[in-house]
Amino acid sequence: MNVTDRYVADFKAFVGNGAAGAPPWLKQIREGAIARFAELGFPTTKQEEWRFTSVAPIVDTRFSHPASRIPHPGLTEIGSLLIGPGPRVVLVDGRYAPELSSAADQRSGVRVGSLASAVADGPSSELAREHLARHARWHDSAFAALNTAFLADGAFVHVPAGVTLEQPLELLFLSSGRPGADGPTVSHPRSLVVIERGAEAAVLETYAGLGDGVYWSNAVTEIVVGEGARVELYRVQREGPRGLQVATTHSRQERDSLLGVHVLTLGAALARHDITAVLGGAGAELILNGLYLLRAGQHADHHTVIDHAQPHCASHEYFNGVLAERAHGVFNGRIIVRPGAQRTDSKQTNNNLLLSTEARADSQPQLEIYADDVKCTHGSTVGPIDQNQLYYLRSRGLSAQAARSILTYGFGAEILDRMRRPAVRERLDRLVRERLA
Amino acid sequence: MTGKGKRETGKVLLEVRDLHASVEGREILKGVDLTVRTGEVHAIMGPNGSGKSTLAQVLAGHPAYSVTAGQVLYEGKDLLAMAPEERAREGVFLAFQYPVAIRGITNAYFLRAAVNAIRKHKGVEELGPVEFMDALEAKLTAIGWDSSYLTRPVNDGFSGGEKKRNEILQLAVLDPKLAILDETDSGLDIDALKTVAQTVDKLRRPDNATVLVTHYYRILTHIQPDLVHVLAAGRIVKSGGKDLALELEEKGYDWLRTEPAVA
Repeated sequence: MNVTDRYVADFKAFVGNGAAGAPPWLKQIREGAIARFAELGFPTTKQEEWRFTSVAPIVDTRFSHPASRIPHPGLTEIGSLLIGPGPRVVLVDGRYAPELSSAADQRSGVRVGSLASAVADGPSSELAREHLARHARWHDSAFAALNTAFLADGAFVHVPAGVTLEQPLELLFLSSGRPGADGPTVSHPRSLVVIERGAEAAVLETYAGLGDGVYWSNAVTEIVVGEGARVELYRVQREGPRGLQVATTHSRQERDSLLGVHVLTLGAALARHDITAVLGGAGAELILNGLYLLRAGQHADHHTVIDHAQPHCASHEYFNGVLAERAHGVFNGRIIVRPGAQRTDSKQTNNNLLLSTEARADSQPQLEIYADDVKCTHGSTVGPIDQNQLYYLRSRGLSAQAARSILTYGFGAEILDRMRRPAVRERLDRLVRERLA
Repeated sequence: MTGKGKRETGKVLLEVRDLHASVEGREILKGVDLTVRTGEVHAIMGPNGSGKSTLAQVLAGHPAYSVTAGQVLYEGKDLLAMAPEERAREGVFLAFQYPVAIRGITNAYFLRAAVNAIRKHKGVEELGPVEFMDALEAKLTAIGWDSSYLTRPVNDGFSGGEKKRNEILQLAVLDPKLAILDETDSGLDIDALKTVAQTVDKLRRPDNATVLVTHYYRILTHIQPDLVHVLAAGRIVKSGGKDLALELEEKGYDWLRTEPAVA
């Protein structure tokens, strides 16, 4: 049996037990998604979008679904992965962990909880039906299709119109890294975040490995930002050293909304993150701000697509990478300006710092502009520490080592400085400092 | 009123002897001799390409320049044997002609790191963020800046004039024994020039010295030099008092080419 057939067979077993309780609309989506996956198959490096990233470690490993009763960590064990005592959803190996989660205040109308239960009951179910799998482009991605086919649980966030939230909402996706009876396991965590018109909120997604075993996490997040809403989505990836992660983040913004997507990639042996951001209403603004800090033999590939579908939108994209030892960073930034998306203002930069001669970075901008009255700029750099900067700092009394460490931190700090929530920024700053120490 | 007319009283701080230096295999300095005593302000003038900036960078320790012959003694010690950071810690400061921008690092963080590297070397207790801010405030005001400067990244997005002011602020904060200003006056408007010159002038003491590398006479109307040297084609071809600067302003540099170089 080839690998695609194996997942199709797994799907049959999945719908036959446990997943049978889903509403008919979701069952239909899953069936469509597995069919699409079977057509697409896993990508190979012969495909342009996967030129620099081989998914052989995923294809060549027989992953099974985790046992239903895995022991959960205690709250104290995961304390360091959380920012604060605010509302949160915690999942372990793709399953909701109610004892680790904490609901939002009912009076605000904000809902932060399990996706499975949101799909199952009343008003949330309608919202889920309206948005779930409607934004993620699973028709084009084998991984998003597979996640959608195996969609069982995840996080659901709903912030109603006009609500302003002080505290960030936390979504924590833990992977135990514990092998099942049949070897390494895969989970397909799914998030749906709906922020309605005029609301203001910050959501922090953390993906973390608890052990050093081999596992695969295949995540999909869809975020919908209503008219005039102001949202920050933070995403921290701290998977285990042998963890494999493929993730897709899809955002859709309505008129005059502001979305900041902040990415910090630290973990996993192999990581691929696709971000597709659709500016779907006039006057929307997007800040796509990411940092990858890799070492040893880590490989991380960030593919972003910013889709300017409407006029008068702005996108500012900044990705920095710091690559040590034998690490390999890939950045591909595609910007599409659709016909009629006049007065688009788009800026993209990707700067990579190589800390060793064996480290490698590949950076590719792709601009597709179909409108004439637009401003699009892009730039990328790959190189070791700048000798002029190093000399400048040394000429002020700093040792070569201190100067190098300041310049390296500066690469990260430039990205951290754009994060607007102090509590989150400080935590991420600490993670960056720990990594570079 | 320090320095003026009391040249011979200071100790020798810097002694440059027959200095030859190259960059990318091309010899730029071809035998420079220069003695700087404490309490003095020297001006090094000369046409473009004469080696003025090379001399400044060689003294600060720029790794791209190689010294092929000669000697530099600083307080009697071999300056050329020291790494750039050792020179800075021992009290040598170069105000860069083209200050370098560093994204992601704030001026406050950078300045404090520099101050503490030097304090540590001197065996003085390092300053915490609060003490550092207290010490910085008056210097910031003197240069005409407010505290918003502190949270901006080092020279990033600074105008040419702002970068030069930033060098002078660093000079004031680090308080070196030997300050070398490499064309700090270029590209400054008249108000900025005054602010910079006043700050430099206030730092003059009997125990320190300043070397102004400049192309223009203008700054010397604000900071009176004790000695003026003309550098041409990699050598000091003429030295004199402040009147020499005025003469250069009136006659340019061409007349010097016909005179024999001083030994």
